[in-house]
Amino acid sequence: MEGTSLTMFLQQIINGLSLGSIYALIALGYTMVYGIVRLINFAHGDVYMVGAYLGFFAAGWFGPRFIPVLLVSMAGAALLGVIIERAAYKPLRMAPRIAALTTAIGVSLLLENGTRFVIGPNPKGFPDLIERQTYNLGSLEISNVDILVLLVSLGLMVLLQFIVYRTRIGKSMRAVSFDKDAARLMGIDVDRVISVTFAIGSALAAAAGVLVGIAYPRIDPYMGIMPGLKAFVAAVLGGIGIIPGAVLGGILMGEAEVLSVQFFPSTFKNATAFVILILVLLLRPSGLLGRQQSEKV
Amino acid sequence: MKATLSNRYVVSAAGAILLYFVLSLAFGSNEYYSHVLTLAAINVILAVSLNLINGFTGQFSLGHAGFMAVGAYVAGGLTFFLKVPFLPALAAGALAAGIVGFLVGLPTLRLRGDYLAIATLGFGEIIRVLIINSDAIGLPMLGGPRGVRGIPGYTTFGWAYFFAVFTILVIANFINSTHGRACISVREDEVAAEAMGVDTTRYKVLAFSIGAAFAGLAGGLFAHQLQLLHPDSYTFLKSVDHLTMVVLGGMGSITGAAVAGVFITAFSEALREVQDLRMIVYSLSLIIIMLVRPQGLMGGRELTMDSVRRLWPGRRAAHTGGGARGTA
Repeated sequence: MEGTSLTMFLQQIINGLSLGSIYALIALGYTMVYGIVRLINFAHGDVYMVGAYLGFFAAGWFGPRFIPVLLVSMAGAALLGVIIERAAYKPLRMAPRIAALTTAIGVSLLLENGTRFVIGPNPKGFPDLIERQTYNLGSLEISNVDILVLLVSLGLMVLLQFIVYRTRIGKSMRAVSFDKDAARLMGIDVDRVISVTFAIGSALAAAAGVLVGIAYPRIDPYMGIMPGLKAFVAAVLGGIGIIPGAVLGGILMGEAEVLSVQFFPSTFKNATAFVILILVLLLRPSGLLGRQQSEKV
Repeated sequence: MKATLSNRYVVSAAGAILLYFVLSLAFGSNEYYSHVLTLAAINVILAVSLNLINGFTGQFSLGHAGFMAVGAYVAGGLTFFLKVPFLPALAAGALAAGIVGFLVGLPTLRLRGDYLAIATLGFGEIIRVLIINSDAIGLPMLGGPRGVRGIPGYTTFGWAYFFAVFTILVIANFINSTHGRACISVREDEVAAEAMGVDTTRYKVLAFSIGAAFAGLAGGLFAHQLQLLHPDSYTFLKSVDHLTMVVLGGMGSITGAAVAGVFITAFSEALREVQDLRMIVYSLSLIIIMLVRPQGLMGGRELTMDSVRRLWPGRRAAHTGGGARGTA
């Protein structure tokens, strides 16, 4: 009896890791955008949804091949992210924060209902890009889809780390995040850096969308709302604006959600994220990896 | 001065009563129209009360539907299960929503605005999850996802109208009081307000709790109009409706929010058949209004007798309260 419950626990940890790395990929986009323009990009969860749909259509054009589908979806979402930033957020960069936030909600609703209007409200079945196989490790089960999700997320996170810390544009991003005006005075093209940030964040979200499509093959126009909110909470949990924090927060969020289903009815699942959020805001508003800062005048 | 002030009240009161009789006579006999009018009055309460939080105090609440749900379930539960009369039940619903608002606001309002948006959104979702799981939390009579049918239909257009006027009156007077001015100062510049000795957290929580209480009142009215308690009536999208009203009417304009509340109700009814289109129009108008007029259509201006009079040149406009907001 002891053994089976331990097995079940470990099994849930594995499932949580796979779910958590999806949250982490989405959370990275939130945290990067917040780090640079101090905006909660409410539409980010919907970019993830659009990414999944782009993957769906790309699979129609190229056939069920994983790599091309992933790349097309990421490229399309990156473009979408840049368009959103240019059209809706850039004109409000100097406006009160409440205005930018309202616009972000508007963009989010527009993406959801626009998709619903164009493609139709019914969920679509995501094509099988890889054949699902299950491996047994002792009494634990792990599927190649889980492994793929983990490996692709890990690969993208390493790539992101490389871009941010080892390239010229990454250096500019860190400079803009630290002090936008000083960065501008040093000759950095701030607008371009912000666009690149949105492009990278959106591409990561799209990758998450394609991975979710493979793991849970049902996509619909509202699929981005809850994962988007949970990923945001993950970013806050890790410390918003901090890239490793988003990964840590994402994984913790995935684990917390999977484990909460063990102890509470599954209908409570969606409340887990918000309970975590309220606890973080109460106990450690700057997040696990963040440093407490007083607001500057 | 005192005389003109009370004069203005007499004129407004007469106008409000006149409008009520005109509306009842024109539409009261038609069941559908009086249903829509009642809904419009409830939406006016929601828009004006959310405007106190979002427009006047500069905080960002996305949880108005959650407070509405609290008010609806408390008031509806009281009249349905305990046979409490309508008015005490409504008051209890509003009070409960106000208390919940206080409890939610206290920890979250210390933080900056954008966290509040997510926290209130999350709170609304938690309320819904609790209602859906009412069996598991020991309140099986609330029916969980099935809801409760057969709530008495006490809400008439007359009551809804009366409470809409009451809400406008209370919130307008609050805004023009010391406390209301303190709330506006928080919106304009929190740090400066703090430096001037305004207890910013206290006023944020105060405005938030008052707004929540009125949302609870609206929820109670709504439940007794619909004659149904159902968790799906209080989703995030409902909060977005309220936000759209505030943005459309003007962040910090009571009359603007009230007019927008009526307008959005009529608009939603007109587009009832094409839900998708309705949401696309909502979202586009949110974006476009923010890009073109970030302060909302009316900005901080009010539609008053004076502003109507001001349309004729050559007359010196009298001082109007509540309308002093920079457009910066």
